[in-house]
Amino acid sequence: MPVQDLRAIAGKAGLAVLLLLAVVVLNFLLLHMAPGSPIEAMLGQMGGGSPEVIAELRADYGLDQPLPAQLGHYIVRLLQGDLGQSLLYHAPVSELILEHLGATMLLMLVALGLASVAGTLLGASAARRPDGLIGQALGVLSLAGFAAPVFWTGLMLMLLFAAILPIFPVSGMRDPRVTEGFWPVALDVAWHLVLPAVTLASVQLAAYARLARASMLQAVNADYIRTARAKGLSERRVIYSHALRNALLPVVTMLGVHAGQLLAGSVLVETVFAWPGLGRLGYDAILHRDYPLVLGLLLASAILVALANLASDIACRALDPRLRAGRSAP
Amino acid sequence: MTLMISAACASAESLVIGTTQVPSHFNAAIQSGIATMMPAAQIFASPLMFEEDWTPRPYLAESWETSEDGLTVTLHLRADARFHDGTPVTSSDVAFSIRTIRENHPFTTMLEPVRSVDTPDPLTAVINLARPHPALLLAMSPALMPILPEHIYGSGDIHTHPANLAPVGAGPFRFVEYKQGDYYRLERNPDFFLPGLPMAEELIFRIIPDPATLTLALERGEVDINPFVTNIRDLHRLQKARGIVISDLGYEAIGPLNWIAFNTRKPPFDDVRVRRAVGYAIDKRFILDRLMGGMSPDSTGPLAPGTPFTVTEVARYDFDPDKAKALLDAAGYPEGKDGIRFSVTMDYIPSLPEMARNLAEYMRSQLRAVGIDLRTRSSPDFPTWAQRIANYDFDLTQDNVYNWGDPVIGVHRTYLSNNIRKGVIWSNTQQYASAQVDDLLAHAAVESDPERRAALYAEFQKIVVQDAPILFVNEVPMFNAARDDIAGVPHSIWGGVSPFLTLHRTE
Repeated sequence: MPVQDLRAIAGKAGLAVLLLLAVVVLNFLLLHMAPGSPIEAMLGQMGGGSPEVIAELRADYGLDQPLPAQLGHYIVRLLQGDLGQSLLYHAPVSELILEHLGATMLLMLVALGLASVAGTLLGASAARRPDGLIGQALGVLSLAGFAAPVFWTGLMLMLLFAAILPIFPVSGMRDPRVTEGFWPVALDVAWHLVLPAVTLASVQLAAYARLARASMLQAVNADYIRTARAKGLSERRVIYSHALRNALLPVVTMLGVHAGQLLAGSVLVETVFAWPGLGRLGYDAILHRDYPLVLGLLLASAILVALANLASDIACRALDPRLRAGRSAP
Repeated sequence: MTLMISAACASAESLVIGTTQVPSHFNAAIQSGIATMMPAAQIFASPLMFEEDWTPRPYLAESWETSEDGLTVTLHLRADARFHDGTPVTSSDVAFSIRTIRENHPFTTMLEPVRSVDTPDPLTAVINLARPHPALLLAMSPALMPILPEHIYGSGDIHTHPANLAPVGAGPFRFVEYKQGDYYRLERNPDFFLPGLPMAEELIFRIIPDPATLTLALERGEVDINPFVTNIRDLHRLQKARGIVISDLGYEAIGPLNWIAFNTRKPPFDDVRVRRAVGYAIDKRFILDRLMGGMSPDSTGPLAPGTPFTVTEVARYDFDPDKAKALLDAAGYPEGKDGIRFSVTMDYIPSLPEMARNLAEYMRSQLRAVGIDLRTRSSPDFPTWAQRIANYDFDLTQDNVYNWGDPVIGVHRTYLSNNIRKGVIWSNTQQYASAQVDDLLAHAAVESDPERRAALYAEFQKIVVQDAPILFVNEVPMFNAARDDIAGVPHSIWGGVSPFLTLHRTE
């Protein structure tokens, strides 16, 4: 890769680090501005308490110190790589995040793959006949997928495919009763993955389909497609290997943008399906005002999103010669 | 396919218990709440236990006696009880546990009168009290008094002790693992001191945060039993589901009440006539039959239905809008030109659809009919609501408060004037002060004679209902919902926070 390219990427990476630091400070302040504190949450869980209990908890959690001091301590510890101790789980935040990261990545990657591949193919085939059945159905589907709240979609799928037609399990990533052997466990996880992954993919699927359809429609009217057709290539070849490749660019950009949305959606999906990932962890952490855990999770998700954006940036450069150094953009 | 796999691998004695509650840890000596109490009652044993009535039964203590003056309670421990690591349970473990609970447990009134615990020999513990403390018997229940091994928990800071997450007790089940926020697993304690118990080989507690999902998981057979089902809609669904049995037996000691609380220091609810008027303006029958779907028992006073001290001969606020209007007129709030007397805001606990939000919405239309403009204010989550109420930033609110066994533990706190403590949720946030009530509760707390104690509480209930700092609406329904092949569901007075000794799958 040429030097200018590396420099551009390094610049982006540096910006990402600064952004992360800003995210930390902003999150810290926002979280402390929210009404209620870990104390109320704790008392709610305990079913009551007394001023003495509250004073002790506040001292334990360092909440008796002024806010700037708390923020200072947090940043100093953060720079040393210490995300602190979860108030809810009494365990190190970094440990909790690492433990739950795998489940979320599995769910997210499968959902992202499902949404982008299926969505793009659907969109591409719809573009061939914009007013055909697939095209029409796609319009309705994408509208519904976009409009329906993801937890509602999840509950509906659950009712349909777990309650009425008892095909899939409703909750968790695995049945804790299944403990023996690699394949039974893997199969069990895959079986549990279907409904949450489809739910999470449903929103994005529609978006990818629409996007692919729009950019395909643009591409099929371009000169090089006319040339390809004039060369006598089959329609299938024209669409899938010539037009689609060019239409992919916005899709790849979208992948980076969607990583954040998917992570946000996973909070709801993981809660509905009791999927033991970061989203679940975050839901409980917010309800319990577990400041260190919420901050750690927000930081982790900011890093994930930044990485995803960086990756899609690099991928775009690889796909589109115009973005590479030494060439001026059109 | 999964079904086949599960069936092949699952042992018949492995039972899955569904819960929405996330435990912070498993040490119930320093933490209250169902999330911790439910597993702790399995892992730890306690001096006494309770079954379907309020009579204490031997558990770690074979026998016990209270001195004539009520100032000492002597426990005689059984000799064959051992902790999961094989160490015998001795009186010094009991003394250590009582000290730890007294110093750290959130329910501070529970062991407050305990001065010291003497251990004349390894099987005798003598609890010395500053004053008679009849609440002590219920305070020695599995949910409230886990006996910790001193040799494990005795060193280091109890709040951050590693054994809180890897608990060792003398209870019917041993701790195996906890996947935070996902599930925890307990296995049968083969050396448990009660012969032939527990009946289940393994308990897996699955944490499923969404109650609707939890309900479906039970219907699907992913979960065998859900204790603590309180959601009306879920109950209706489970009632009709095939292969599921629901039961509301037990749970009396938890005594969860749903009520409407007033800020009695702030106009207009500083006037008892206005508070009573609200009582007459709402149709409780409608609330119980329609909003709660007939699943929820009526609650008429500060003690939950089914406790030994509960009386129902108290003032009633039967639906009577004219009476409500007359009271409001008398209190100096005449109807304005638009028919409105005054405006107030009602808060409610989020996440309880029927018991909270629907109740508030219903009250809005009901109170409008007598000239009160009621606005509802929602809170995004529990801490937000709790902070508003604990800091007296409210006019009236729906609230859920639990009795927790003896009135001294969970009832007094709501009414004692010396418990008006800003910033503490579920203290006397109504800021209700009555010298007579203070006096009655002070005497009832130390009255050893059950009949005289009952008379004091009867008087207390009458006054509180009359003064109406709170309008009592219903008892929160607490059901066990289980697959029909599950027997021995916990229906002692402590319900889901009692040891699951006989829970098992039938052939």
